[in-house]
Amino acid sequence: MLINNIISLLNTSLRMAAPLILAALGGVFSERSGVINIALEGIMLISAFMAMAGSYLTGNPWFGVLTAVFFGGLVAAVHAFVSIHLKANQVVSGTAINIFAAGVTSFMLRVMFESAGQSPSVTKVKDWTLPVINDIPILGDILGKHTPFVYISLVLVVFSYWLLFKTPFGLRVRSVGEHPAAADSVGINVYKIRYIAVIMSGLFAGLAGASLSIGLLDLFVENMTSGRGFIALAAMIFGKWTPQGALLAALLFGFADALQMLAQTMGLSFIPRQFLLMAPYILTILALAGVIGSANPPAADGESYEKE
Amino acid sequence: MASNDKLMAEKKEENRYYKWLASMIIPVLAVITGLAVGALFMLAIGRDPVQAYIVLFNSAFGSLNGFAETLVNTTPLIFTGLAVAFAFRTGLFNIGGDGQFLIGYIASTWFGYFFQLPLFIHLPLALLGGMIAAGLWGGFAGLLKAKLGVHEVITTIMMNYIALYFVSYLTGGPLKASGFMPATPKIADTAKLMRLLPFGRLNAGFIVALVAAYIVYYILWKTTLGYEIRAVGLNPDAAEYGGIKAARNMILAMFISGCLAGLAGVTQSLGLEFRAYQPFGFIGYGFTGIAVALLGKNHPAGVVLGAFLFGILQRGSMLMQSIADVPKEVIEIIQAIIILFVAAEYLFTLLSNKIKKYRKEAADAN
Repeated sequence: MLINNIISLLNTSLRMAAPLILAALGGVFSERSGVINIALEGIMLISAFMAMAGSYLTGNPWFGVLTAVFFGGLVAAVHAFVSIHLKANQVVSGTAINIFAAGVTSFMLRVMFESAGQSPSVTKVKDWTLPVINDIPILGDILGKHTPFVYISLVLVVFSYWLLFKTPFGLRVRSVGEHPAAADSVGINVYKIRYIAVIMSGLFAGLAGASLSIGLLDLFVENMTSGRGFIALAAMIFGKWTPQGALLAALLFGFADALQMLAQTMGLSFIPRQFLLMAPYILTILALAGVIGSANPPAADGESYEKE
Repeated sequence: MASNDKLMAEKKEENRYYKWLASMIIPVLAVITGLAVGALFMLAIGRDPVQAYIVLFNSAFGSLNGFAETLVNTTPLIFTGLAVAFAFRTGLFNIGGDGQFLIGYIASTWFGYFFQLPLFIHLPLALLGGMIAAGLWGGFAGLLKAKLGVHEVITTIMMNYIALYFVSYLTGGPLKASGFMPATPKIADTAKLMRLLPFGRLNAGFIVALVAAYIVYYILWKTTLGYEIRAVGLNPDAAEYGGIKAARNMILAMFISGCLAGLAGVTQSLGLEFRAYQPFGFIGYGFTGIAVALLGKNHPAGVVLGAFLFGILQRGSMLMQSIADVPKEVIEIIQAIIILFVAAEYLFTLLSNKIKKYRKEAADAN
């Protein structure tokens, strides 16, 4: 009984962590290049809607995933243009996108389905079963069968680490985030690198959005991100702006979420569920305040760059 | 010589006038663009934007009751707009208005129902109690920024959600009234803000908002504190060099900013709902406050005007939906476009530089 609960707890943690991992990876790319991206929340919301719409219109959930990723990149490109080219305050731009996302998704929901609240059910992405691993006891129960987004997110962590720390492109991203003037002086195109990084963050957040509406569920619910973009931002900070750190933080936050869900279904009230829900945010503030390790953002994070 | 001086003075006066006019251009253009984009969305789904905007206009100006209700919608936005504007003046970005709103909401409610006091003590106690609780909530972000250099945008976002779950816990647990509904007990009559009209919901909270706007103006431009706050906002290092304690001013500014946003929650309870309901998400007054402050150029008078505009939009959106069949969320789209437009002010610098360059080239060619 106990072991089964623990297994299901870890399984749920992983499932709940997947959207956070994906969006947090997006945040890592954007902020490492020096552009604050609090629009992750809004991008996820728009993509969640688009994933549902894509699956609804074609019946093919993978087309929904593609639609979500495309629109994620598109919205991020707007954020990139406003922050990089127009040198707007990046937080203000992100805020505008978040408000826009909340408005436009509810607007579309009413227009497409004449309903408020939620969309009809659509075809969701089918779970994958890992060969071999699924047959191993316990480990198979935790890892063996999941929505593809779980596996994709784990693979992308490795990919992001490689890209950011082992390739010339990663070095460029990090250098424009730390010292854009120096990067510029050695011939790196600061604007171009930042554009690529911010749009990449949109692609990741787009996947994260799809994982909510056609991975975890099979429909779009109004404001269904409900702060997950901000938790992803928290995971990115808690993970010290690295892919592997973001992974661990997202797993921790996913665990808190799973614990809260388990406590609720079992009717346990040893700890109010609200306290578990706020845990990620409290931990992140503690991390930033230096109570748990130290978290320092890239030096030029949030500053627009003016070419000489 | 004298006439020359007079000419100079006149020219100066003229310059000031142009400067004032120029500062109005972007907000006005932003609103026009926002409404135009909103109209495009309506056209795209086959609705009539003209009819929708007439409904919008009439909802605010068609009747006294409608106007009064618009002011009810304006009230919280004045507070959150002032909160954002005040923090901006110190160079800080208070994105935590929604959390501070909730703290002011719950704290003032508690003061409102827990005590039995005469009105002239009870009402100020509930007002100030809620306000200061929210101020401390906001001030904490200022403290972390000043002492540890933690970015206030991140802390205030995180504290929004902490406040949401905390208030959700309180209203569903320790402070819950008996009965089915997750909400606190009702506040005493002595803690209620009085209604201003024999009908409708317009209450003294609106007056409090106008007074708050004046006080913010007074603090910023008539006191040493305001001078210091603005100096820190313009250049913290220079201010520090000039003997101004930047850290102290940051904490104080975030405290005052939190107080202002908190008052939105205070008046929500003491003026409208008379108890605190369990929140399921943010109403979004804090985020709308960002739009209001940007549109109002971070000046209290501009904030009041901006809040009124968004008050019209919010109140009118319901009627637009029921009469013109336009989804009410179109106002969020309009709002987002306005923010983006004001934020991208640099676009105009770019454009005007281009035009100047073009003109110069044209002149050179001649």
